[in-house]
Amino acid sequence: MTEFHGWDMPLYYTSIIEEHMAVRQAAGLFDVSHMGQVVVKGPDAVRTLNRLLVSDIVQVGIGRACYTLMLNDAGGILDDLIVFRLGAEDYLVIVNCSTRESDVAWMNEHLVGSTTITDISEGRGILAVQGPLACRLLEQILDARVTSLGRFDIAPIRTMSPEACIARTGYTGGDGFELFLPNTHLLRVWDAILTAAGSRGVKPVGLGARDTLRVEAGLRLNGTDMDAATSPIEVGLEWTVAWNKPDFIGRQPLLKQKQQGVGRKFVGFELAQGPVPRQGYELTVDPAAGGAGGRRVGTVTSGTFSQMLNRPIGMGYVEPACAKPGTELTMTVRSQRHTAKVVKLPFWKAEAPAPVLSKSTAATLEKLS
Amino acid sequence: MIQIPPELVYTKSHEWARRLPGAAQAGDAIEIMVGITAHAQEELRDIVFVELPKIGRTVKQGEAAAVIESVKAAFDIYAPVSGAIARVNEAVVKSPQLVNQDCYGTGWLFAITPSDPKEFSSLLSSGAYSQQVQAQAH
Repeated sequence: MTEFHGWDMPLYYTSIIEEHMAVRQAAGLFDVSHMGQVVVKGPDAVRTLNRLLVSDIVQVGIGRACYTLMLNDAGGILDDLIVFRLGAEDYLVIVNCSTRESDVAWMNEHLVGSTTITDISEGRGILAVQGPLACRLLEQILDARVTSLGRFDIAPIRTMSPEACIARTGYTGGDGFELFLPNTHLLRVWDAILTAAGSRGVKPVGLGARDTLRVEAGLRLNGTDMDAATSPIEVGLEWTVAWNKPDFIGRQPLLKQKQQGVGRKFVGFELAQGPVPRQGYELTVDPAAGGAGGRRVGTVTSGTFSQMLNRPIGMGYVEPACAKPGTELTMTVRSQRHTAKVVKLPFWKAEAPAPVLSKSTAATLEKLS
Repeated sequence: MIQIPPELVYTKSHEWARRLPGAAQAGDAIEIMVGITAHAQEELRDIVFVELPKIGRTVKQGEAAAVIESVKAAFDIYAPVSGAIARVNEAVVKSPQLVNQDCYGTGWLFAITPSDPKEFSSLLSSGAYSQQVQAQAH
């Protein structure tokens, strides 16, 4: 067990590698109840969210979700989050555990018109079921046509509780679902999922594999890969920014940065072999030029040994000139130089990702309820 | 129960050591074979990288001689006795999971030609090591 922002959480149940592989080959069950859940409601809820977040929330239909960022006045990242639209004026925002309180305070300071912000985290939990078997497993348990949910769709599970929802989202890079449940339902659903799984290799998954899975999928972790001093452009998340919508917090400094260019870029890199890249390791080039490994051009923020690629992988920031895929970098660990090559993110992609359904998901909601 | 073979000796830092007859041409020289214990292996879990010392390097008792990395972190492996590195197990460099699977056998790490035979006798017996592991568990 490990202490994680006030929560006692298992780093692993049996082994990080076994749990990682269960998610890639069968399915894994995660208790991610530490994540914050915030309800944003009211006639002006969408205006409030559009002011607070970089994406155009107007475009998010009922029953849909959007991965986006919340910036400070300087254009730095306060948090990355997922906004679910549950109704016309009703949004559920999933925020990181470490920033939950500051996020809610910031949101309350920037309300537009008639909007209410309610932190419902205390009474709710989240179970994530991730992996190629997740869909079939949940079909079995929920008496609901979860297959009709597209990637980033959300629907209520009225047969379970008025507050229960299921979304086809996750943090592993593969297919998967997240169940948003009242605390009273968590244990029962957890047990039901594992019972239904039988001997199909489904495993409970701890924080360790949650991290190795997200790194393999090239997904950033707030507080590790980015923070309030990082801009969406530096961390490669400019695709979340809707430049054409009305003004949002942080837009001006961000636009200036877009025009002037950034001093560092977030990249993925891999080693043919060698030690695991770890946070804080230096990345250098030109071993012939002074210093132990040459001229310093960057720093590692995340890394792991990829089970799927069978090699060490890492992510971090480098000078823009070194960000091109194929660029060779040097990572010096315990005074030994190791060659790292910049590669495109993600490192690993699911072979058959869940479809993104283009039709309105109101119909899906109907089917599920 | 954690496996602690009685024929081996141990360090407080969870290495095991085994005395082997040395190479024939070296007369009565001996080698001390070194690995990590089942307890250490279980604590580290998920071993993904092993860095071994160069053959010929001299190490002092208690000096960091190798590194094992699990998914979580990197850990130093200390020389149980002083001497020169005589052999290393290349198999664990290729397949680090051998240390998890067979830490007292195919997952051995390196062998030292000891410079001070007295050091070996100062290491912990299996009984003393077992007591230490149990004491740490409480």
